[in-house]
Amino acid sequence: MTTENPTIEAFEGFATVASPGVAAVAFIPREHYKSVVAALKADAFEMASDVCGVDYLIAGARTLPEGVKPERFEVVTSLLSMSRRIRVRIRVQLPDADPTVDSLFDLYPGTEAMERETFDLVGIRFAGHPDLSRILLPEEWEGHPLRKDYGIGGVPVQFKSTPGPR
Amino acid sequence: MVIDENITTVVRPLWPTEETSEGSQELFPRKLTDPAELGREVGSVLRLPEGPTLDPTQIDIERSDDETMIINMGPQHPSTHGVLRLMLELDGEVVLRTKPIIGYLHTGMEKQAEALSFIQGSTNVTRMDYLAPLHNELVFSLATEALLGVEMPRRATYIRMLMTELNRISSHLMWMATNGMDVGSTSMMIYGFREREMILSFFEKTTGLRMNHNYIRPGGVAADLPDGWEDDVEVICNTVEARSYEYDDLLTGQAIFRDRMVGIGNLTAEEALALSVTGPLLRSTGVPWDLRRTMPYLAFDEVDFDVIVGTYGDNFDRYSIRLNEIRESVKIVRQLLANMPSGDYRVQDRKVTPPPRGRIDSSMEALIHHFKVFTEGFAVPEGEVYVAIESPRGELGCYLASDGGPKPYRMHIRGPSFVNLQALPLLMRGGLLADAVTVISSVDPVMGEVDR
Amino acid sequence: MGLEDLPHNFLTGQLEDLVKWARKSSMWPATFGLACCAIEMMSSGAADFDLARFGMEVFRNSPRQADLMIVAGRVSQKMAPVLRQVYDQMMEPKWVIAMGVCASTGGMFNNYAVVQGVDQIVPVDVYAPGCPPTPETLMHAILTLHEKVRTGEITRRRGVEPAVVFDAAPWVPEVPSAVRVSRPS
Ligand code: SF4
Repeated sequence: MTTENPTIEAFEGFATVASPGVAAVAFIPREHYKSVVAALKADAFEMASDVCGVDYLIAGARTLPEGVKPERFEVVTSLLSMSRRIRVRIRVQLPDADPTVDSLFDLYPGTEAMERETFDLVGIRFAGHPDLSRILLPEEWEGHPLRKDYGIGGVPVQFKSTPGPR
Repeated sequence: MVIDENITTVVRPLWPTEETSEGSQELFPRKLTDPAELGREVGSVLRLPEGPTLDPTQIDIERSDDETMIINMGPQHPSTHGVLRLMLELDGEVVLRTKPIIGYLHTGMEKQAEALSFIQGSTNVTRMDYLAPLHNELVFSLATEALLGVEMPRRATYIRMLMTELNRISSHLMWMATNGMDVGSTSMMIYGFREREMILSFFEKTTGLRMNHNYIRPGGVAADLPDGWEDDVEVICNTVEARSYEYDDLLTGQAIFRDRMVGIGNLTAEEALALSVTGPLLRSTGVPWDLRRTMPYLAFDEVDFDVIVGTYGDNFDRYSIRLNEIRESVKIVRQLLANMPSGDYRVQDRKVTPPPRGRIDSSMEALIHHFKVFTEGFAVPEGEVYVAIESPRGELGCYLASDGGPKPYRMHIRGPSFVNLQALPLLMRGGLLADAVTVISSVDPVMGEVDR
Repeated sequence: MGLEDLPHNFLTGQLEDLVKWARKSSMWPATFGLACCAIEMMSSGAADFDLARFGMEVFRNSPRQADLMIVAGRVSQKMAPVLRQVYDQMMEPKWVIAMGVCASTGGMFNNYAVVQGVDQIVPVDVYAPGCPPTPETLMHAILTLHEKVRTGEITRRRGVEPAVVFDAAPWVPEVPSAVRVSRPS
């Protein structure tokens, strides 16, 4: 969307790749996640447009830049700078054993619902989130449906005749 | 925040207790609520950490439960626009706290998308935002095409613009109708549906269905515009434009309508940005942010239109924005009508495009190819992409990750209504219960998209 | 006093027929709009399709005042208990139309979140196919139901009858005989 590729200072020192529609996609270790986002916020990224989680358990192919250790889970955050009219995306790798990452709630309160949704459907925990409860599924639901080891849960389609005389 | 030791606060289970769920979705009496959480909810799930409303001294934690009342509204309620459920704490008629509870229409579409190929995907996404189905198809198709790296023919792009703009008009008309119903103006409801029907019959002519069209697909659109479409579109433009002035006469100056809209549900630009609110809700606060203009997709940089912004961020601003966006969309449609290029309506790329109907009858090759495209689908190169467009409700985004197979590895839709709903507690706070209905209506949530 | 003394604008008939006719002619639907189908349900009530022709334009918001539930849309697992509760709140006699493939069978969403057909939760009288069913289809479903009410039995128990009955076949439901009103022979 922008012709020249603007440099994002906050991403210096981290692995980045290009992707259509965004200025850069950065791979940030989870220890630095919050501080990098804070730096981005200071750098005129006014809005967090999206947070979502991906479970890479059974992915066929997946290319990551040098030095990024692939883990099962990934949190993908899209930030938008309205004044510079660019987007950036951050991908954070999270291990299966402890899929926890810092919440962005303090920086962007608008991520509240998105993080809850990610927790609900993918089962990623956000440390510091004010109210991490299920948002879409009933409270007593077990499991996280968007994980790849969770089946789609369909029932086989049966064709049955109408009971009784017509 | 200092709490009197004598008040026993029963803290409900907080993070982390069990594997499945922490906290609770519902609103609890003040006594049963953890003080920090109460603070946030009074600041009203506003959840702006630095917001002035969060001044702890302002929060009346010790207000006894006898004075207030928690009521439940929905999920089956006529004015919650579907199956939105709200829990409200009221002091008499005044709303103190609000908590939207959603998920009553959770359809598992993101999971379903992983089981459907890319070519079937738009059948799935079109059922999310059922008032603007073509926008959903568009964002999914754009994301797929970004991964495929194919270039659209100009006619396909223009047809997409035409259809989505008409869809914006029909969506806003529907909003005018339901909003009319919510404020008690039944005539507006009848009029809104009447005009919308006109657009729907054009859609039916073009796509075969009144809603949930599956018309915009990865690789172009499903069919060319029907013969004589210019006349139909011309009639739609003339009628809708003329009628939009009738709505003006009917509502804009009307005292009762103004009483219910002006100064109700206020939002400031800072709050809107912090809460990631987009669309008419954001523009009503005076931020001129419309993705068609600021980050153009399709060919919106080639058409001339105005971005409508409000000043006060109240219900009335949102009403005027939507009414005027109908006129702006008519303006865009007129330009598209005049400049519609000729050419292909889908890419001529053997990989993504099924062969034309005529060739299937004559050639075995074509038949096999057609069969393969529709049963197996096409492989999409590995990668991930986020594409956003301006739907009638705000930024509609699609995050698509492919692992090189014919099905999306992960598809995530950022629904604008889902995010916009977070502003609801803030809009309602301190208002009257009777205004709650108009506030919900002015946010224009479509539950299909909120819950997906 | 014999019948011949009465004025001429007078009809005789079975009370049962009269009751059924009255039920059929003033059916009040409850709004149970869930998803896309709800929009089509609203369109059928609006100007172009005008459900008022069948005496049905008054969509009641309270289930207590309604006798027809049109389940318009997909029913999620979270919504299912609510649906049942609304159904239970409706007064007898009551009927249910499953509008759209989602309400009828789950439709294209054969997954963890969607109830595969509302007939698992409430008894359904008429299924309206389509995704979404056009207002014409919905009207056809409603007229089918009217026909069913007009020709069916007035005291048939819910849940033991076949889903679609067009001609009143001599089919005897297994219900306790105490609740059946014997037909005048
Ligand atoms: S049947 Fe189709 S239109 Fe109706 S709710 Fe289901 S998906 Fe929507």
